[in-house]
Amino acid sequence: MSDQLVYAMEVFLNGLMAGVLYALVALGFVLIYKASGIFNYAQGVMALFSAATLVGIMKGQVPFSHLINAIFDTDVHHFGWHLPALAGILLAAAFMVLLAWMVQKFVFRHLVGQEPIILFMATIGLAYFLEGFSDLMWGSEIKKLDVGLPQGINLWIDETTFNIFDYGFFIDNLDIVATVIAAILVFALVLFSQYTKQGRAMRAVADDHQAALSVGINLNFIWVMVWSLAGFVALVAGIMWGTKSGVQFSLSLIALKALPVLMLGGFTSIPGAIVGGLIIGVGEKLFEFAIGPMVGGATENWFAYVLALIFLVFRPQGLFGEKIIERV
Amino acid sequence: MNDMSADGYVTEDGRKIGGTLMEMKNITLRFGGVKAITDISFDIREGEIRAIIGPNGAGKSSMLNVISGFYVPQEGEVWYKGARRPQMKPYEVAQQGIARTFQNIALFEGMTVLDNVMTGRLNKMKTGLLSQAIWKGKAEREEVENREKVEKIIDFLEIQAIRKTPVARLPYGLKKRVELARALAAEPSILLLDEPMAGMNVEEKEDMSRFILDVNDEFGTTICLIEHDMGVVMDLSDRVVVMDYGKKIGDGTPDEVRSNQAVIDAYLGVSHD
Ligand SMILES: Nc1ncnc2c1ncn2[C@@H]1O[C@H](COP(=O)(O)OP(=O)(O)OP(=O)(O)O)[C@@H](O)[C@H]1O
Ligand SMILES: [Mg+2]
Repeated sequence: MSDQLVYAMEVFLNGLMAGVLYALVALGFVLIYKASGIFNYAQGVMALFSAATLVGIMKGQVPFSHLINAIFDTDVHHFGWHLPALAGILLAAAFMVLLAWMVQKFVFRHLVGQEPIILFMATIGLAYFLEGFSDLMWGSEIKKLDVGLPQGINLWIDETTFNIFDYGFFIDNLDIVATVIAAILVFALVLFSQYTKQGRAMRAVADDHQAALSVGINLNFIWVMVWSLAGFVALVAGIMWGTKSGVQFSLSLIALKALPVLMLGGFTSIPGAIVGGLIIGVGEKLFEFAIGPMVGGATENWFAYVLALIFLVFRPQGLFGEKIIERV
Repeated sequence: MNDMSADGYVTEDGRKIGGTLMEMKNITLRFGGVKAITDISFDIREGEIRAIIGPNGAGKSSMLNVISGFYVPQEGEVWYKGARRPQMKPYEVAQQGIARTFQNIALFEGMTVLDNVMTGRLNKMKTGLLSQAIWKGKAEREEVENREKVEKIIDFLEIQAIRKTPVARLPYGLKKRVELARALAAEPSILLLDEPMAGMNVEEKEDMSRFILDVNDEFGTTICLIEHDMGVVMDLSDRVVVMDYGKKIGDGTPDEVRSNQAVIDAYLGVSHD
């Protein structure tokens, strides 16, 4: 086998794994968009906020300590405990439910029936608010996140591929774990929406609010639930990215990676988010590998958008999105 | 003439009508300056088919929306099963056993007929999320039971052939029927139908009339319906409320209503002044 082909295989695998994570982030958007028609610009910031909260909880950091110390002239920083990762994750997840409830209660409950653009603007406001609130609560410095996920080259894959191709693939253990977890989460979400009472209610709300009310569905509850699910998705994405490159502002930018995935997959389609994520993950890595060197690299920054734009021209509703039929 | 005593009576065709199931007391509903309903009172008895009729814009749909909690009246009380009903959200009303259809059809267009009808049973599903994950067997049994009930209703309304068809592809008349099926799936105490036969051809209207009568007869479901077609109303209903310009101008058996001068005037378009 030619060397190029073997390298390409390695790139492909890495792309696939990046793609699953993109799909996960995109799913957070799809969930909320389907059930409420809100394009949640704050999804990325939610990932940042949840990861920062997780770090804070595990370290036993006193929330708002900076503020407290400034007002009361005290010097508190830590409660003095360290929580195990699992407890921290559960508490952070509970915190995301609380956040979902507050977002619904204080913001979107008052905007029911408003134009999509107004809802979108509200999420932009929410994004900036949460970003500032996260800094206020946990501080703005780059935080190290370690929940015990394995990191570094996977030796088994390295050896196995070396024996076959005479070239060892570099696959990071963290990527493998992230892929498996993301895949499980995606699968669980699909099962949830297809086969549970709440999932069925969620799909009903996504389809028609009035009809959903008439069969006895509590819209508010479903919306809080959907925001909570999006919060869990954000937490998982935040843990993966945060472990890799620290919990910092740039984490909120993963939302920008999800945008082209959504254009490709359609804003309302769960399978679309999955397939779209994989296509973009693989596409951008392979493109960088094959074409990157000729154009000076860094194609990963724009490839996804260009692909999405080309796609938009030919199939504006996305791969699996509901067909847009103009009524005249 | 039947003896309509407080505890109930038996109709000429042998159906048992019970006591008062729902009572609207002095309902007034305003939209800004528009008075959609002005001080209307009437009752619905257990097991009866109660019709609300009246010209366009009379406030019929508004009244149904008050009953189902979609509109909140400024004045008046709603009594249900002998107790005053506090202000409720539409989903809470539905959970109390009041199912409805809409004048403009509100179905889940993206779902199949079967899935649409299944949503009607969401309230009957007791198993919560956690127990669904833990006691898979119990959840499965519940799902099977619900499916059986739903299939029965689908057979009853003769829509087996379109069970798996996405609702968006159905013609208007069938959509109306699916909406009825979804409402029935909830096994409601009261079924509210807003113009179930509007926009149908004669044959479809006959089918729908038969279904409504059969539902009432076989399941004993109390039905409150709005209809424009006087002939249909007279055939179907036990008692009729007549509305015009938001006011009640008649209430009684079809025969009584038919001979009521105010009703005749409203329908013949005698000027209001
Ligand atoms: N949501 C609303 N907002 C403002 N006005 C409303 C609303 N719903 C109803 N109305 C007004 O209340 C009045 C009664 O309307 P309603 O729909 O109850 O009449 P209807 O008897 O059902 O008429 P139709 O036979 O045409 O269905 C009308 O003047 C209508 O414009
Ligand atoms: Mg009406």
